[in-house]
Amino acid sequence: MRFVRKKLVQLIFVLLAVTFLSFLMLNLLPGDTAVVVCGISCDEAGLQQTRTDLGLDKPIPVRYVEWLKNTATGDMGISARNKQPVSEAIRERMPVTIELLIYSQFIALVVAIPFALIAAQRAGGIFDRSSTTIAFGLLSVPSFVIALVFILVFAVNLGWFPAVGYVKFTDNPAENIHDLFLPALTLAVAEMAVYLRLFRTDLISTLQEDYITMAKAKGISSRRVLIRHAVRPSSFSLVTVAGLNFGRLIGGTLIVEVIFALNGLGRYLYDGISGRDYIPVQGAVLVVAVGYVLINFAVDMFYAVIDPRIRHARAIA
Amino acid sequence: MSRKVISGSAAGGVDTGKQLLSVVDLKTHFLTERGTVLAVDGVSLNLERGKTLGVVGESGSGKTILARSIMGLLPKRNVVREGHVYYEGTDIIGHSQNEMRSVWGSEMAMVFQDPMTSLNPVMKVGNQITESLVHHLSMDKSEAKATALALLQSVGIPEPQQRLGEYPHQLSGGMRQRVTIAIALACGPKILFADEPTTALDVTVQAQILNLLGRQQSERHMAMILVTHDLGVVAGRTDDIAVMYAGKIVEQAPTNVLFSKMKMPYTEALVSSIPKLDNPSHTVLEIIPGRPPDLVHPPKGCNFAPRCKYVQDKCLEEEPPLAQAETPGHFYRCWFPVGTPEGRDALGRNLAAAAATSTLGSTPASTTTTLTAAAAATKET
Repeated sequence: MRFVRKKLVQLIFVLLAVTFLSFLMLNLLPGDTAVVVCGISCDEAGLQQTRTDLGLDKPIPVRYVEWLKNTATGDMGISARNKQPVSEAIRERMPVTIELLIYSQFIALVVAIPFALIAAQRAGGIFDRSSTTIAFGLLSVPSFVIALVFILVFAVNLGWFPAVGYVKFTDNPAENIHDLFLPALTLAVAEMAVYLRLFRTDLISTLQEDYITMAKAKGISSRRVLIRHAVRPSSFSLVTVAGLNFGRLIGGTLIVEVIFALNGLGRYLYDGISGRDYIPVQGAVLVVAVGYVLINFAVDMFYAVIDPRIRHARAIA
Repeated sequence: MSRKVISGSAAGGVDTGKQLLSVVDLKTHFLTERGTVLAVDGVSLNLERGKTLGVVGESGSGKTILARSIMGLLPKRNVVREGHVYYEGTDIIGHSQNEMRSVWGSEMAMVFQDPMTSLNPVMKVGNQITESLVHHLSMDKSEAKATALALLQSVGIPEPQQRLGEYPHQLSGGMRQRVTIAIALACGPKILFADEPTTALDVTVQAQILNLLGRQQSERHMAMILVTHDLGVVAGRTDDIAVMYAGKIVEQAPTNVLFSKMKMPYTEALVSSIPKLDNPSHTVLEIIPGRPPDLVHPPKGCNFAPRCKYVQDKCLEEEPPLAQAETPGHFYRCWFPVGTPEGRDALGRNLAAAAATSTLGSTPASTTTTLTAAAAATKET
């Protein structure tokens, strides 16, 4: 399939560009890995020795190509600070990040879609106006504030959820889902508001289409008109934005990870950057970029599922 | 369902009990920020079983709104809908959406103007036909599919089996309109509203679609309201014609009477704006000057007066009532009807006055001002 091949070529180019740029920028930042590794009491000779040990004395392009070669063979290198292999660290940290991602998007969509459906049916009505206002309110509260309020209310005062930490999914799935509810909800709140607004607006404009009046004129129930006729044509923006959010959240759940003490990919990336530990950062960036491109690919495929016109146009191309 | 028979004093004093559809003084007003739009302003009409009524008017005359208002398809918000719509003797104007659902599709159905937008782009043609069959006639899936196949065949779609599984974008405009007709006919409605069914189609396809509608109508003994801006479309295909202007019916008559004995200057203007084949080449078509009035602030007097060749002072002051012509079933709203001595006098006065003003050297800005000036001039004499 030509479409898939095109996307794969695109993926390779994106990955090369992203990893090279992140490599370059990290090295242009002030600060030195050798200083971090050698410690504050290190003298000039020690620093020089550390640099040679870590291979930091070679020029940036050479180091990039070396990293690229190793990564292509499956070796993502080791952290300069704690000598942990990057691939191992990523394997440890990926599950919680991915779970948080899916969990939060699930909550956001499950809340936003029904609300949008109800709001759009009576556009301008009381439900529509109040849900829109509340959504705006939630959207304008920063996530760390929401996280802290949730911890205070649901963890400290009510004691329903743990304030920090979680049980691993593989150990006890039910416990795990329960423990991760607050961080997932924190991430979901802002997304929820965006999805609600977006889907509601698209639904309202779809409901003014002729084919909706036509469906109504068939005498079928208004629920069927809404679900069978209006939802699919209205979901393009929702799918696009949800896809972008999925990609963005792969490495972007830092604040929530820090507040809820979750060892995720965001935290790993942050630690790597602040320690000028560029090999772990490269590894994490690679994962984020691959994830982003794959999700975009999935979104593109999903368009074709929603709309037969896209499907056919692609089949012809 | 209780069948309420009303005392027959609707348009023309016809006993509405016998009618399949009887609309009495229907008003449909839109509440907008600019003010209230009088889209349909007191329309009365009757439709017998198996008959065809043509509703003709310019864009913005309220004919589409009239059709949707009769069917109750307009949104509830900011819409005022008053009057009576008797369907088989029952007034359906107060029906809730739920009650209307048993009418929509199975009693009344509609074919929309543009088949490019009236079919759901993401649903298979087959499902769009079968869903009302399943809903109204409680058919199971295979029955509904077989019926849909038969419907597609009857509206003249080649390879109907294959079409059932296709999406609207895979069909041409004419084919799509055939599909919407199949959808409308699916549950055997007694009235079909065809809202400009051929306007969006190629000329070569228009006649096919109109013939199809006519054939289906007579086969099913179904009544039809054919809404169009094109007098040519309704000429040979309707029993009666109602001419709409600015939300009102300004003339209504059996089709042959309307064309031969029209009373309303607006009808005359519409007829003379149709190109005729026996005219020599490069004949300049007559146009109707000006535009339809603003329906938020309709003019005092007759709505058509500012554009009318026959306009007199009285027309600008007093609204003409619906008057009965010599032929039964022929009604019109005009003070100086076409083909009457009054009308001829009015036209003659206006033409003379216009000639006089133009020889005096004034350059008229528009026909409207000339005519108004002419009317003013006649008053002084």
